Amino acid sequence: MPVLEVKNLRKEYGNTVAVDGVSFVVRKNEIVGLLGPNGAGKTTTINMVLSLLEPSAGSVSIDGNDVRSERTRALSKTNFAAVYAQMPGNLTVRQSLHVFGLLYGVKQLHARIDVMLREFELERFRNAKCGMLSSGEQTRVSLAKAMLNEPKLLLLDEPTASLDPSTAQTVRERIRDFASGGEGGVLWTSHNMHEVEAVCDRVLFLSHGKILLEGNPKTLPREYGKANLEELFLTVAREPLSLSTE
Amino acid sequence: MSMNTTRIYAVFLRYVYLLRGNPQRFFQIFVWATIDVVLWGFITKYLNTLGSPEFSFTPLFLGAVILWSFLIRAQQGVSTPALEDTWSHNLLNYFASPLKVSEYMSGLVLASIATSIAGFSLVLVLAYLFFGLSIFSLGLMLFPFLLILFAFGIALGIFAIAMITRYGPSAEWFIWPIPAVIEPFCGVLYPISVLPHWMQVISYVLPPSYIFSGMRDALLNGHFAAGNLLAAAVLGVAYLLAAYWFYVRIHRSAIRSGSIARYSAENI
Repeated sequence: MPVLEVKNLRKEYGNTVAVDGVSFVVRKNEIVGLLGPNGAGKTTTINMVLSLLEPSAGSVSIDGNDVRSERTRALSKTNFAAVYAQMPGNLTVRQSLHVFGLLYGVKQLHARIDVMLREFELERFRNAKCGMLSSGEQTRVSLAKAMLNEPKLLLLDEPTASLDPSTAQTVRERIRDFASGGEGGVLWTSHNMHEVEAVCDRVLFLSHGKILLEGNPKTLPREYGKANLEELFLTVAREPLSLSTE
Repeated sequence: MSMNTTRIYAVFLRYVYLLRGNPQRFFQIFVWATIDVVLWGFITKYLNTLGSPEFSFTPLFLGAVILWSFLIRAQQGVSTPALEDTWSHNLLNYFASPLKVSEYMSGLVLASIATSIAGFSLVLVLAYLFFGLSIFSLGLMLFPFLLILFAFGIALGIFAIAMITRYGPSAEWFIWPIPAVIEPFCGVLYPISVLPHWMQVISYVLPPSYIFSGMRDALLNGHFAAGNLLAAAVLGVAYLLAAYWFYVRIHRSAIRSGSIARYSAENI
């Protein structure tokens, strides 16, 4: 059973179609990259997976639980980190992880918080208010919260956007370990094509709310006559129609 | 509709952490109530020098101000933690978690119970120590009065959160004046019979009108019509249910439009 199954997902705002019949799966131990230019529908898709946005049509199922009819069960098996959803700045790192650990029903919470603080090198910030941390440190707190409940589905919306290259590398390794070692799968959005090529097992290119391309990030560019993923991305962003004839 | 007590506790705990970490937040709970007691304590002390020595204005005015302040604390006890979540962009984190709307509301009500009781206890002590007023002179009627005022205060708080959800963070400018806008209709310091007819009509559908009228009857005549208490209780529960229903509708609409995810967007 896939950890995430999205079927014919569609979102309309009046006459504008933001997501248009998107279907895909994320399997256990797999990292799937959701790519596309700004406005392609990536964040809209992620918001529908997280039940923050009601689809106009289609369904989302997390580890076999429908997000609409079994919302609480489905969301207890998922978690997310996004650049636009940092932890509240007025709580300390430990307090934030405590509150969200309770919300996600984490067992042996205090021990689990200690593990997360160690893994994301946050021990010395344990009692610091999240708002006082640098953007990179705040991103690490968000990632610690995202992995707190050992989710079946981890959603990451540009998780390394504000990290320096060294920390970004460490975080990528941590996410790879999460995907390969446990029971979970990862849906990852990023604009860093080198990162996507290094980390993702499979990529989906979204353009104008539709999945335009899907495949292995290492071989997909060659299949479309492009030198690398970045070149393919530029073509998707600027000349999406040209890809159907190549 | 089952609720998970751990998740309710998490919402409550978040507010406890906020209060513990920033002592200035206690100002909002204690300072305005204290100012009201001090101000009206001295006003009634002055009025007592003008009237007959047998009659005291203190329970009539200061008692009413204390009860009104309790209603305000109940309303702000719900709406302030929700505003804190809006200001710190936390609603997206909350509603992407297994937390249900009913659990979020229950956590906020729990926070309101704690802060209302704390604020109310302080003003009772101050009123007794400095102005010799014991609100318990109202006898057993005090408890249903407080329960009804609390229910109505919570209803106003939930309505306020619906406004924030609908219109974004700037809706806080609607929220702070809510008690001041309804206060003239509630007859807190005067009988509603002094109001023009159109204002009296509005008074009849507001539960505090019955409470403050009842308080004056109890103090001046030594009795209170049970029918009025029942009307206030029915109205209080009705407002509470209506406010929750209204919030759920607004929340669903925000999920349909996506404004929950764009937490800082202003939808006006």
